[in-house]
Amino acid sequence: MLFFEIVMVAMAAVRANMLRSVLTTLGIVIGIAAVITMVALGEGAQQRVEEQINRMGTSVLTVRPGQQMWGGVSRGDAELSVDDAIALRDESDGLLQVSPEQQSRLQVAYKRWNSNTQIMGVWPEYFEIYDHGLQYGRFFNQGEVQGRRRVAVLGFNMAETLGETPPELLVGETIQIRGIMFEVIGIMEEKGDAAWVRPDDQVFIPQSTAQYRVMGGRDRLNSIYAATDTPDQLDVAFAEIDRIMRREHRIKVGEEVDFNIRNSADLLETFNETTQTFAFLLAGIAAISLLVGGIGIMNIMLVSVTERTREIGVRKALGATRKAIMTQFLVEALFLCLLGGMIGVAAGYGASEMMTRVAAWETRVAPEAVVAAIGFSAAVGLFFGLWPARRAALLDPIDALRYE
Amino acid sequence: MSDIIRTEGLEKHYHLGAETVRACDGVDLLISQGEFVAIMGPSGSGKSTLMNMIGCLDTPTGGQYWLNGTLVSEFSEDELARVRNREIGFVFQTFNLLPRATALHNVELPLIYAGISSKERRRRASEKLELVGLGDRMGHKPPEMSGGQRQRVAIARALVNEPALLLADEPTGNLDSVTSEDVMRQFEELNEQGQTIVLVTHEHDIAGHAQRQVHLKDGLLEKDFLNPVEPTG
Repeated sequence: MLFFEIVMVAMAAVRANMLRSVLTTLGIVIGIAAVITMVALGEGAQQRVEEQINRMGTSVLTVRPGQQMWGGVSRGDAELSVDDAIALRDESDGLLQVSPEQQSRLQVAYKRWNSNTQIMGVWPEYFEIYDHGLQYGRFFNQGEVQGRRRVAVLGFNMAETLGETPPELLVGETIQIRGIMFEVIGIMEEKGDAAWVRPDDQVFIPQSTAQYRVMGGRDRLNSIYAATDTPDQLDVAFAEIDRIMRREHRIKVGEEVDFNIRNSADLLETFNETTQTFAFLLAGIAAISLLVGGIGIMNIMLVSVTERTREIGVRKALGATRKAIMTQFLVEALFLCLLGGMIGVAAGYGASEMMTRVAAWETRVAPEAVVAAIGFSAAVGLFFGLWPARRAALLDPIDALRYE
Repeated sequence: MSDIIRTEGLEKHYHLGAETVRACDGVDLLISQGEFVAIMGPSGSGKSTLMNMIGCLDTPTGGQYWLNGTLVSEFSEDELARVRNREIGFVFQTFNLLPRATALHNVELPLIYAGISSKERRRRASEKLELVGLGDRMGHKPPEMSGGQRQRVAIARALVNEPALLLADEPTGNLDSVTSEDVMRQFEELNEQGQTIVLVTHEHDIAGHAQRQVHLKDGLLEKDFLNPVEPTG
């Protein structure tokens, strides 16, 4: 009963100074908005990672060139050769498919259209490793790789990029890659983004063609991809790749290797460190603004207590106990923070929406996060309201009544 | 008749550095149910200190004080808050109303701290406002009222808990003479209905409205006498 009355009084006090109250809560608003946005980004990133792992294939290992070491001194980047890929393909038991990748950004021309595009020199197995599907035409085959044929399979977006609609008209047409004629034999299904890889915007040609006709004959691969049948065979496959690569590169046991083997989950984790860094940054902003906001609340509560010294004196003379006065000012601080918290949640929701629309970052405002944010702002209110409320409660009634 | 106020050797000493200020230096005072007493004295006589202790706003440094039969001089601050709430109604020189609250809410205030339900609060508060002749001003806020009306709201507030003691501290200090007379007549009426009233003032004609005058000087009782009976009217 009494508590309800006290709440009403506290709310009336906040309402009586509405502008001041809202300005005071700004710190809390920004803090809570940052928390909400941070969590929304984190949740969105998490969701995207899961989708991408599924899209990238869960049982893919990637071999990349590492540093070549000589007595502890780096001798520049090591190289991956086509022979390495062939050795992995022919001499392993556990690897289902193996494909080298030799890539470069090159000019692609069709009629009067022109585009700077990522050209991927791969084996036909590559399409199976990443589970790429075809919309029109066909993939190239092993024979075409052997024959260094000038055939190309286009990513889903490429037809549009090259200005041809409908896309199937491109099949059988001739495009130029770095001025060299290629026949378009297939157009892939839409794949979507998978981390940093955008297969929809790529052009795939046989690795041998890429090496000898387009990229100047250098036997230098960017990566070798290898897939196992199921994800639980990854460990065995890892050991097998390590063994074969050491033999190919003549690295003794105990010596440092000049290549890296990663699985797609590891790679994604690295990639998502960026979003994580951003989330940490937001967490920092949130912590600082909640602290500053809390101090602001404390400050305005001290002002409020001083302004209403006489009122406190009157209430005490009429029979308010210390607890009643303390509760009144605590509730007022709490109410201010909750007000800020709720505005903050709305602002955070808006900011998340904006990030999704403007920056295309996936976000998800979790209900738990909203509850936690409101709860946290209440905690800030209680913590920073305690001292001013105590000051009010301990005022001497005679001094308070005499205060001008 | 039972005693409302009984003090024995009531003392209040302050320490200002090495000096001891004896604001109250052993006051024995007895006020019975239904009395109307004016406490008088020049400034520095200790009348404010005595009033604060009688009003349970301050605790004595020595001596004992029984209010309505209860020894309150040893009470803690929160116990004193409850005594003030139940036994004492205050009327101040500066009214001390909450400026943003309506007259009705101001009068309800002591009942809130007494834990009375809102319906019952409204009933009792409006009853007291009717009693002081402000039945038509309940929704007004203090800044919209005259000084006399404000002081009558304060009187209604002081009465709303049916206190054993009505304690008025210079209640006419901020009022003109005509309004002062009105307020004093209100006190007389209340006293006729049996309300015990203690009034602190330095004005002789105001003290003249009481039945009895107690004069203080240098923290001690100087004079204590009954006013000559005048025909009321």
